[in-house]
Amino acid sequence: MVFQPAIIALLLASMVGTLMVAASVPFAVGVLRRWNTASGSEAQLEMEKRTYLVSTLLVVVLVSELASLVLFVFNADRMSSLFVGAMCAVGTLNVNEFGFPALYLKMVVFFAASVWLVLNHVDSRGYDYPLVRVKYGALLVLAPLMAGAAGVQLAYFLGLRADVIASCCSTLFSGNTQVTSDKLATMAPEAALAALTLALAAVLVLGRRVLSSGKGAIVYALASGLAFVVALEAVVAAISVYIYEMPQHHCPFCILKGEYGHVGYALYLSLFAATALGLGGGVAALSARASSLAEAGPRIMRRCVGASMAGFALFAAVTVWLILRSHLILIEPERLLSILPGGQP
Amino acid sequence: MRVWLNKQRNLLDFSLSSLSRRRGKTLGMLTVYTSIVFVLASVMLFSHAIRREAATVLAKSPEVLVQRMVAGRHDLIPARHLDAIRGVRGVQSAEGRLWGYLFDPAAAANYTLMVPTNPRIEPGKVVIGDGVVRVRNADPGDLMSFRAHDGSLVQFKVDHAISRESALVSADLFLVAEEDFRRLFGIPAGMFTDLAVSVRNPREVGKIAEKIDAALPDTRIVLRDEILRTYESVFDWREGMLLVLLAGSILAFAIFSWEKASGLSAEERREIGILKAVGWETGDVILLKMLEGLVVSLSAFLVGYLLAYAHVFHLGAGLFEPVLKGWAVLYPKYRLTPFVDELQVATLFFFTVFPYTVATVVPIWRAAIVDPDQVMR
Amino acid sequence: MIHLSDVRKAFNQGKANEFWALKGIDLSVRAGKVTVFRGPSGSGKTTLLTLVGCLARPTSGRVRLRDRDISGLPERFLTDIRRSTFGFVFQQFNLLKGISAVENVMIPAYPLGRDRNELSERAHALMASLDIAAKAHSNAEWLSGGEAQRVAIARALINDPEVVIADEPTANLDSERSRQFLGIVETLKASGKTVLMTSHDPLVCDTAVVDHVVSLRDGQLVESR
Ligand SMILES: Nc1ncnc2c1ncn2[C@@H]1O[C@H](COP(=O)(O)OP(=O)(O)O)[C@@H](O)[C@H]1O
Ligand SMILES: [Mg+2]
Repeated sequence: MVFQPAIIALLLASMVGTLMVAASVPFAVGVLRRWNTASGSEAQLEMEKRTYLVSTLLVVVLVSELASLVLFVFNADRMSSLFVGAMCAVGTLNVNEFGFPALYLKMVVFFAASVWLVLNHVDSRGYDYPLVRVKYGALLVLAPLMAGAAGVQLAYFLGLRADVIASCCSTLFSGNTQVTSDKLATMAPEAALAALTLALAAVLVLGRRVLSSGKGAIVYALASGLAFVVALEAVVAAISVYIYEMPQHHCPFCILKGEYGHVGYALYLSLFAATALGLGGGVAALSARASSLAEAGPRIMRRCVGASMAGFALFAAVTVWLILRSHLILIEPERLLSILPGGQP
Repeated sequence: MRVWLNKQRNLLDFSLSSLSRRRGKTLGMLTVYTSIVFVLASVMLFSHAIRREAATVLAKSPEVLVQRMVAGRHDLIPARHLDAIRGVRGVQSAEGRLWGYLFDPAAAANYTLMVPTNPRIEPGKVVIGDGVVRVRNADPGDLMSFRAHDGSLVQFKVDHAISRESALVSADLFLVAEEDFRRLFGIPAGMFTDLAVSVRNPREVGKIAEKIDAALPDTRIVLRDEILRTYESVFDWREGMLLVLLAGSILAFAIFSWEKASGLSAEERREIGILKAVGWETGDVILLKMLEGLVVSLSAFLVGYLLAYAHVFHLGAGLFEPVLKGWAVLYPKYRLTPFVDELQVATLFFFTVFPYTVATVVPIWRAAIVDPDQVMR
Repeated sequence: MIHLSDVRKAFNQGKANEFWALKGIDLSVRAGKVTVFRGPSGSGKTTLLTLVGCLARPTSGRVRLRDRDISGLPERFLTDIRRSTFGFVFQQFNLLKGISAVENVMIPAYPLGRDRNELSERAHALMASLDIAAKAHSNAEWLSGGEAQRVAIARALINDPEVVIADEPTANLDSERSRQFLGIVETLKASGKTVLMTSHDPLVCDTAVVDHVVSLRDGQLVESR
């Protein structure tokens, strides 16, 4: 199974990304032990130069993580024809116990890398690099995380066995990897949409408060993390159903396909960006405690939170549009109207 | 935001100007890069198109096949099994099929003989595939004769050839009437090569196959879905193997990019030094070099992919056919249906742009950290 | 405006060939004046310029720009200060080959994200004021020494810095061109810029436009007037 082109690409990307971050670990340790901004010694100058390399590498890692997240899902969908009973990506991911953990870990790595980059961005605005130790301490956490994600992904792909006719004697019912289910546990669509409306409303209200008073960015970060989970649940339980116009089809991945106009990208890109920026805003707010960041920290925090709110608003707008456009009526229109307006910005 | 956009634009302009200033080096890089993309894209487009072709053909084949097994080998199956199968609930229809292979010494090629039921072929006539037409130079009205199982001669008159469009699997086809088929191989009436079963509800294929298996213990049952899966994975595997073989070239390419990026000429180093001395920051220089890389990557990717597309779909993929298609003498000459798949493009992007970017990061950084005071001496 | 106290600079620190190019410099550069660093070759003039002009950081000691201590700043911030405060004219001019003179002039402004048209207008205006408008679209490598230097001056002025720094500006010019250069220095001074130069050319050190001459030897100050 490992010899599929897309799988090779994914393994390559995760391995190279992990290696790049792992290779920065000794440097990170060096920073933790010897960093001294006040010194003009050549060793210190060397370290400062090296920080440029690490942040460039992390940008590469972040972009490749995002791309490989898409590729991973795409590939899972495509491979579903290889497994008895798998109709789409959910089925393929369920083929063994590592599928969904691999996906979740990829998402965690993506968010961790983006938070790190926000931290890096904020830190480099402070003339004494006040967060440099925090930053490289965080890198020490990121490295094993990435290695773990790469390992789980490898385990997943190694564990895939297609149900294939053995060369001479076809065995009937070759489905030795019977997929447990194509379904995800879902909640009732009304409940999911109501929760989504509440979560988005909360995020937007909190965000407004952050923008006007400059306070509460950490709460906002937590809220956006929560909103992310709620939104994913809503996609599974309700939004996807509206897109497919089939009450029983709850797949969060098929909406990425061409049959549905790639509308999933609009949902997910805005949601992921909004969440990453929301978390980044929290980090920026924390960093504002350093005196040299007293001006830059809040400024970046505002920018992150503002952009994050725009992302959530876009997600909400796309959702509302999808529901209105759909021919499917899951919930009586009157009841729908009563819960929707709060979700709109 | 405006300032940021202006900055990106200025840097992009400048990176284009420096690329065109070093025309020789840029063109060299582009050529190597483009050919890598071209080779990989050709492999992917080609194997993917073939796979789709096969899937289209298989989609027309029966959902369930029943074959009799004797001593672990495929044997003729008696027509009475048909009744047993028709008796299984959920079976829509079942009929016997006759097919086999015929070696033609005149062409030193193997044909696939089949007896179509709809429309039937008149006795004494034959409908041939494109490949057969080529190796035998056969035109409608020509006569072809073969030795039957008992040594007697059987003659066929070519009726017409199957059109080229229907492709891959039909190239070596040789369609004859039932009587001729039985005479050629001495197969008694009431025996078939295998039985084709169609079912009413595709979801019940598994259940029905199970029942047939129970009713006819001397048979094996082949499901279309299984063939499809096997096909898919075999082709994936071949494509993957080829890519692994090509990994050598990807690696060489990465090393080449590293080389090129780190082997900056003295002139380029001086330039970077000047840029830094007049007020560019290390980050700006890295951004500039990354933009240069991006421009090279994207243009090489685009050009390479388009060339591969033309190669596979308009020039018949001359470079790869023997490797991927396998059987030699009769292999079909036809145009693959153009098809571009997003997953494939994304994968290809990973195989080319990603190694290039990773390979150039360190050299770019190395060049960007020169001390700005260096140009003062 | 710029104050140095006990500034030292080492090269190849901690290695066998460790070399201290500056050994404790105390110095003040005043705004709006023309200051010349004089001394024999290898005495540390250029090194001193790089420290004053934020091109490099001192190994020890403090550099203050107005009231701000800039000696401990990382490169990113030094660059920020440098590109808004200092303009450099290098001894070898250091123009980029293969692109036109006016593009050379605009280069320092690219990372600042200024509008392209505005920028090009300003570059042309600067070149006109330095009498090289006619050469704006020639490639840099076709210019004569004097023209190249004036392009370099225009480049130094594109971001409108307060301080112009020139390393051995007359070393590659004949006396006629050197006098022209001093004329330009005069107009710069008249427009309120601070000018810092290194030179061992008596023609430069003894002209009226120069307010201060600082003499260096073996990395130490020997005389200042
Ligand atoms: N990067 C360097 N590495 C080692 N030695 C250097 C370096 N730069 C300058 N020096 C030494 O520092 C001394 C002062 O150089 P410099 O400031 O260029 O002198 P000046 O400009 O007065 O001729 C010289 O002896 C030179 O060899
Ligand atoms: Mg010198």
